[in-house]
Amino acid sequence: MSQALSYAYYPGCSGMGTSKEYDQSTRAVCKALGITLIDIEDWSCCGSTPAHTVDHVLSAALSARNLAKIESMGQKTAVTPCPSCLTNLRTASHRMAKEAFKEKVNALLDAPYDNTVDTKSVLQVLVEDLGAEELAKRVVKPLSGLKVAPYYGCIMNRPPEVMEFDDPENPMALDDILAALGAEVLPFPLKVECCGASYGVARKDIVAKLSGKLLGAAAGLGADVIVAACPLCQMNLDLRQEQINQANGTHYHMPVLYYTQLMGLALGLPERQLGLDKLCVDPRAILRAALNKPAKAAND
Amino acid sequence: MQTINLHEAYDADFVAKVQEESEQNLALCYQCGNCTAGCPYTFVYDIPVSQMMRLVQAGRKRQALSARSLWLCATCESCTTRCPNNIDVARVMDVMRHMARREGYATEKGVKTFWDCFLDSMRKHGRVFEMGLVAAFVTRTGRFWTDVDLAPRMLPKGKLPFTPHDIQGKDEVRKIFERYQARSRS
Repeated sequence: MSQALSYAYYPGCSGMGTSKEYDQSTRAVCKALGITLIDIEDWSCCGSTPAHTVDHVLSAALSARNLAKIESMGQKTAVTPCPSCLTNLRTASHRMAKEAFKEKVNALLDAPYDNTVDTKSVLQVLVEDLGAEELAKRVVKPLSGLKVAPYYGCIMNRPPEVMEFDDPENPMALDDILAALGAEVLPFPLKVECCGASYGVARKDIVAKLSGKLLGAAAGLGADVIVAACPLCQMNLDLRQEQINQANGTHYHMPVLYYTQLMGLALGLPERQLGLDKLCVDPRAILRAALNKPAKAAND
Repeated sequence: MQTINLHEAYDADFVAKVQEESEQNLALCYQCGNCTAGCPYTFVYDIPVSQMMRLVQAGRKRQALSARSLWLCATCESCTTRCPNNIDVARVMDVMRHMARREGYATEKGVKTFWDCFLDSMRKHGRVFEMGLVAAFVTRTGRFWTDVDLAPRMLPKGKLPFTPHDIQGKDEVRKIFERYQARSRS
């Protein structure tokens, strides 16, 4: 690593609740890698999907309140683990590049936002600022033998003109990270297909169909685990897996981990810092079998 | 497949408004169908996304705004990413959803209620309180059994706090909503 990496950190609401383990493991691996995450004091919800279905200025203002806070901290770059937060924060900045839109947004805020902050996903800074080679050097427990299906979710990379990261149809950032950890990365054809998003509550049938397809594709490839990068995707695939099985008459038992949890294991962090116990489908037996294979490289 | 009768009323204001609010040139859509081909939600849509684009071109306001598709689009950005003419199709869908909301069309009540409960929660606390959100949804829809099967899986893991975590600046968040509403009324 050439220079100190330091970013304002936006955890997102689910990081305080249903995706606690994502927040926890993100903080743990960044710390282990020497990446400083500076908490944003009193950050608020970005509005997620519900806000942009009501109005684009309202949605941007809810994001901009946070961006203005980051700006006043003197930070140029913010990172977030959550793709939904990411998309809202980036879309707000993108649209506020137009003066007329910016004025409308600022008219809703207590403190105006000057649009100087760039937001990236944690995944993006890991591959672009730290680098997969650097990560590989830090691995003490390679995940050799673990077959993983890398699942990005739909909006981490799309639309490309807003997200400006990786390939919108066949992103490789997560594949590269997992390969650096020593895992066997499967070519997952549905890596950017939608999981059913927030329809789990109001229209379970949608999640059963779309997430069911994802589970089926991963199982069909012989994956040991699905690796997720989005709290909503992870929740649909893991917490709702039994609902999905019931609806579709399937019997999947597929652990769905956050990539940061696997990174933590490969970096030799203790399990309790990674929240593995918070997953519904327990991955520990499968992980133990893979991690304890004898032929792993010596830690020299 | 639904047939669109072009002799029925053409609402020019509607076309202009969608165009203005979405900042997209709707005339660029030549019905290649790429958006529909990639849309993961076509199986629940009443009107596929390419036909939604055609309806708006044809100025068929009532039909477009009453489509259930508007409430079932997750904004997964497949259509926008794949449009050969660089139309931000998801944004057009979003804008029609805004209009449908304003004009009282909500053909997927459960979905709209869920989103409303989400926004109410963040307006109140500054952040979303997940447990409260689901409770509000159950109360407002009467769907008592919503996700009760998930509770025994979630609660022991401490992932679902029982009490909201109000932020200090929650009034600032509330004021964003209030200013937005005042602006919309004027």
